[in-house]
Amino acid sequence: MGGSTSSYVPTSRWGKWLDERLPIARLMNDSFVDFPTPRNLNYLWTFGGILTVCLIAQIATGVVLAMHYQPSDAQAFNSIEHIRRDVNYGWMLRNLHAVGASMFFFAVFIHIFRGFYYGSYKAPREVLWILGVIILLLMMATAFMGYTLPWGQMSFWGVTVITNLFSALDTIYNGLGTAVVEWLWGGYAVSGVTLNRFFALHYLLPFVLTGVVGLHIWALHVAGQNNPTGLDIKQPSDAVPMHPYATAKDAVGIFAFLILFAWFAFFIPDYLGHADNYVEANPLVTPPHIVPEWYFLPFYAILRAFTNSFLGIPLGQYAKLCGVIAMFSAVIIIAFAPWLDTSRVRSAKYRPIFKWFFWFFVFTCVALGYLGSKPAEGVYVTAAQIFTLCYFLFFLVVMPVVGLIETPKPLPRSITDDVLSKGRGAGLPTGATAAPETR
Amino acid sequence: MKKRFSLTLMSLFAATVAIGSVSAEETGHTEIERQKWTFGGFSGQFDKAQLQRGFQVYKEVCSNCHGLKRIAFRNLVQPGGPEFPEDAMKALAAAWPNQITDGPNDEGKMFERPALLSDPIRGPYHNDKEARAAQNGALPPDLSLIARARDSHREASWYVHPFLMLGDILNAYQEGGANYVYALLTGYSEAPADIKMMDGQYYNKAFAGHQIGMPPPLTDGAVPYQDGTPQTVDHYSRDVVAFLSWAADPSLDQRKRIGWQVLLFLIVTTGLLYLGKKRIWANIKH
Repeated sequence: MGGSTSSYVPTSRWGKWLDERLPIARLMNDSFVDFPTPRNLNYLWTFGGILTVCLIAQIATGVVLAMHYQPSDAQAFNSIEHIRRDVNYGWMLRNLHAVGASMFFFAVFIHIFRGFYYGSYKAPREVLWILGVIILLLMMATAFMGYTLPWGQMSFWGVTVITNLFSALDTIYNGLGTAVVEWLWGGYAVSGVTLNRFFALHYLLPFVLTGVVGLHIWALHVAGQNNPTGLDIKQPSDAVPMHPYATAKDAVGIFAFLILFAWFAFFIPDYLGHADNYVEANPLVTPPHIVPEWYFLPFYAILRAFTNSFLGIPLGQYAKLCGVIAMFSAVIIIAFAPWLDTSRVRSAKYRPIFKWFFWFFVFTCVALGYLGSKPAEGVYVTAAQIFTLCYFLFFLVVMPVVGLIETPKPLPRSITDDVLSKGRGAGLPTGATAAPETR
Repeated sequence: MKKRFSLTLMSLFAATVAIGSVSAEETGHTEIERQKWTFGGFSGQFDKAQLQRGFQVYKEVCSNCHGLKRIAFRNLVQPGGPEFPEDAMKALAAAWPNQITDGPNDEGKMFERPALLSDPIRGPYHNDKEARAAQNGALPPDLSLIARARDSHREASWYVHPFLMLGDILNAYQEGGANYVYALLTGYSEAPADIKMMDGQYYNKAFAGHQIGMPPPLTDGAVPYQDGTPQTVDHYSRDVVAFLSWAADPSLDQRKRIGWQVLLFLIVTTGLLYLGKKRIWANIKH
């Protein structure tokens, strides 16, 4: 980890010369080659690598797409069709970028759920976790602005609905919301001006995101990786060097993930999109159902759960404001998980009660996603309200209370102990002696 | 303790099941039937002969009102499409009744000229207002993207929904638009007695609201096929929908071909990487 324990030895004179001036090779060696990783990581830990690949792929395809795209209300839609039809392999770039956004979110959701299950947010990884939430917020902003760029009906009306949310601030201070919305739009309605600034930000944010990812990885390499037991690395035999062990596993995970990616990008590129976005934006025609992309649906369901009343509590003119606050809180609250969870045991493997609540939380999120895709009427609203409540109860009640009342299962003494006890009787525990801890 | 928690969970689950079953029976919406398409699924490709017939239907029927502006005459020649001979398309472009507005010329005037291979297939109207004026207020949309800009959804209870989605993903189903346009073209009938039709509207069971401004465009025998395909509304509809699906997604053939190569590469590489990983980890219990 730190420079003092570094095992890097430059092998050439040039390497030695550089190492004394800019030890970048040493940094790479200590962070990605020699870095001790817990030996018991499962494939859920490959999602960090998968997400890095997603980010790089989005930037690579996005930069090339930007070379052919025209961010104006008159030409945006046409230029996308131009890319799909006339640019060499433009259809492929476009599909990879659009499907890539979905894959990015799919991977990040699994990554986050993994963090919840194994308690990766707990000390000493709080900052790492908060950086992750910031990354999620940046991803959401980037994806939202990216979705406006094709300037189809869903793009246009999606922006209209979501930017209009800020007008709810009018109920706090008259005129504030309207001012914010007009400032976002750059006018009195969503127009080409809005599209232009969204394009500029859509190009900027991924690089900000990359910076925060750098911090995320830095924080990870200071605190060290969590693992399925939730125990710290206590002895050399608990860990293996990142390369070739973790890297070999990451490579399998990344390529397996790319199979899924390719399936969507090459065979069902439209599956995750919406047909209305193949109709050019028209401010005079509102689509019957305005729905965001699938990865926003749970948050959209939370937003719309606040109608005139919430589970019988009348909200009146504050309904919209409550919805907006709840929607943003749903993301922000994740950052507080390290302090909301009172259990000292990290991994849900040893938390018999929390484990059940975790799976119910996953169900809640999926249910909210389903409800977000449905029209906001009748039983759907009631169901969305119940699940919204469940979502917040998970953080505000389950996390603090379960930690206090639950009796955790006995923890293994160390990662090595846990690993060796797994196949006991099936073979000789030769792994322990063969553990290649060279440091 | 544990028992009480599972009980709570079970009752919550039961509540959600109850909610789901109520919502399933709420709508009376027309189910769009799924058709078999040569270009459907993960291995489907366009049938050149069908695309050629489909273009014939477009040319002789649809083009009287609808444009196809994102398709140029040259596209009808390129691989993966109807692949008409270049000379025939040059001649077709030159004779296309809806000429191209070009200019300004040396006198500063705009003028109309015959289309070239590189020109888009224009409809009869210069703009939406002209179209509405000629069509009783209705706007015939451009058909370049119609097969992707429409979709058909299945209604299902929430607990069936995930399985339908999974089925569609595994079958690489994305012909919802084609199915809808086919259902629309074949969905005309006499209006049921209890429905009051508005002036200039036609009853169509696939169209939202069931009243559409477009008169039934196809009749049996209206387009003379040369290759012996039955000249029925059903065949015309299938052929023109196939053609419009190509117009909306001209790279489909190439996309799926490359897709298989990509998949093959990825699957083999994943397998090799897995074997490598197994070897590397062979002596370490984990």
